Amino acid sequence: MSDNVETVDYTEMWEELGLNVPAHCALLKAIGPAYESVYLSQKNRPEGMSYFDFVMSEIHSLRIRELQDHKADGGSIIGTFCVYVPEEIIRALGGQSIGLCAGAEWAFPEVEQVMPRNTCALIKSFMGFKLGKVCPYFESADLVVGETTCDGKKKAYEVLGKLHPTHVMELPQMKRPDDRALWRSEIDRLAAKLEELTGRTLDVASLKAAIKEVNDKRRALQRLNAARKAAAVPISGKDALLAVQVAFYDDVPRFTQMVNAVADELEARIQAGVSVAPAEAKRILITGSPMAIPNWKVHDIVERSGGVVVAEELCTGSRYYDTLVAEDGDTVEEMLEAITDKYLGINCACFTPNDARVDDIMRMAEEYNVDGVIHYALQFCGPYQFEGYTVEKAARANGMPLLKVETDYSMEDAGQLTTRVEAFLEML
Amino acid sequence: MRVLGLDIGSRSVDAVWLDDGRITDYAIADSGFDPAAAYEGFLARGDHDIVVATGYGRHVARGALGCPVVTEIKAYALGATALYPEAGSVLDIGGQDTKIISLKASGGVDDFEMNDKCAAGTGKFLEVMARALGFELAEMAEAALAAEEGVVISSMCTVFAESEVTGLVHKGVDRGRIARGLHDSIAKRTLGSLKRVNVRGPLVFAGGVAKNPAMVELIRGGFAGEVRIPDEAQIVGAYGAALSALGR
Ligand code: SF4
Ligand code: SF4
Repeated sequence: MSDNVETVDYTEMWEELGLNVPAHCALLKAIGPAYESVYLSQKNRPEGMSYFDFVMSEIHSLRIRELQDHKADGGSIIGTFCVYVPEEIIRALGGQSIGLCAGAEWAFPEVEQVMPRNTCALIKSFMGFKLGKVCPYFESADLVVGETTCDGKKKAYEVLGKLHPTHVMELPQMKRPDDRALWRSEIDRLAAKLEELTGRTLDVASLKAAIKEVNDKRRALQRLNAARKAAAVPISGKDALLAVQVAFYDDVPRFTQMVNAVADELEARIQAGVSVAPAEAKRILITGSPMAIPNWKVHDIVERSGGVVVAEELCTGSRYYDTLVAEDGDTVEEMLEAITDKYLGINCACFTPNDARVDDIMRMAEEYNVDGVIHYALQFCGPYQFEGYTVEKAARANGMPLLKVETDYSMEDAGQLTTRVEAFLEML
Repeated sequence: MRVLGLDIGSRSVDAVWLDDGRITDYAIADSGFDPAAAYEGFLARGDHDIVVATGYGRHVARGALGCPVVTEIKAYALGATALYPEAGSVLDIGGQDTKIISLKASGGVDDFEMNDKCAAGTGKFLEVMARALGFELAEMAEAALAAEEGVVISSMCTVFAESEVTGLVHKGVDRGRIARGLHDSIAKRTLGSLKRVNVRGPLVFAGGVAKNPAMVELIRGGFAGEVRIPDEAQIVGAYGAALSALGR
């Protein structure tokens, strides 16, 4: 990174990737101002966030160039849609893992020709990016890895499989010993698939290194997020959310370094008592469906209404960085076992029962000293809508105020949502 | 201190003037196309030291007047508890939305539910149906009360219900029975929401639709606890907004 980045024309690269260039330009033109109004308008941001501003400004250009160079060097790009897909195995085989979930409405009319209207916005969005040919990450991917989680995704991969090389992992729905055995065999199947694709073989040294690298990334995010427990909130919820969203597609060692730099700064801010929010701002935890980039809607509304988001129990939050792969494995077998355990430890609403998620939320509410919880479900996201009731009940029993919101990517309900959030903050 | 509370809603702008916490006057104006014009008139009286706004137009007012704002939820909770300290909950059916607020024993908001995505079951819905029936609003409520039994209206969507009503009128069905059916279905829906939020009584029924005697009778008949109707049900929000300035 340097300050004097020249303006480079990437049109040729986009054309080579097979993007619909005019449509793609329109998408970029929409994201720029959205980022400006949501992010750059904030006051007193940590300086280290300038790295993320840079990443966002180069989201479809410099980073894509890096990925093309990586491919030219013999590396692979593997697209994923779920925090269950083990990045360590991808990296150990010379690949880079890229999250392809999307957080913007795109080409929904085309999408609705191939799947029902009442599919969640996240699925419609990645299908829209694919059908509309506007996502250079998608078009760079040698393979995309799906998983049998919710019904919508499961069936969407059938459609996607006709358009792009797709491998689907069978994710169990329970966590009993038999389910773990199934998941273990699916990890092996993924490894075999990637070995075949890349022509490489998993070996101890590279798998160990990959585990360490990805753990370091998660550790950096843990540090950044731990800083949000302080009474003086050193970083906005929006900025912290962005860091996790970027974790899904950025270069791993560089990202880790940059997040650690932000964490250093946040720790210094805590010492100095610097806060991005007034002392009386209500501290909010957000939990629910994933928020894929550039979906910043609920955070933006909460923080514009005078609250401050201090924690996310989301797949773009604690579910992503909270747990690590054990680093003491000495054989490929031992390491794959450790990977199996780490991922099966994630508490997603696609599992039953999923009481551990409720425990996580209540534990975090305490650790982050929150005043209220917002349960966010994407419209038509059955798993999280359902669990909204369970979480609400548990919150009530613990005397924790909770607001359930159900929304999508459109801005039509922004006014209504603002009123509800404001009323919730007033009530705390 | 003299406070002017404004409730800037989609159908009307309501104003309440307080002096030392007591209501000295109130007024209701049509929002029309320009709600700002409606509240400008109230401001022009100059009978206030400060203004507080609520309602869906509150942010516009804050932008224009730099005044503090509170949400409708807080405003209705404050207004209703000031009128009825024993209140357990509030139902507000306004021009274009419905709110249900359950109150803590201490008076604060415990939980709330809002429906403002569509006009189903709101004042606007009743206006459209009255027009389809060729009634004035008040006549429609009277006719509904007079009817022994309502016809079943299957749709609560304003657009579908309107064509359903027109169809029934063409078939020669008694207009009173249709009116009754419409009120029945709004009441059923509202009572269902009250159950879902699990509110306790007494329930303060406020908002423009609380002036409709047929709705009042149906809600009274269906709600498990007591129901209180303020004399001026439409100004509870503006009253609450004004009270918020007094640090309540
Ligand atoms: S919510 Fe569940 S299915 Fe979706 S990304 Fe997270 S873990 Fe995967
Ligand atoms: S779990 Fe929910 S948000 Fe995720 S893809 Fe399925 S329906 Fe969409």
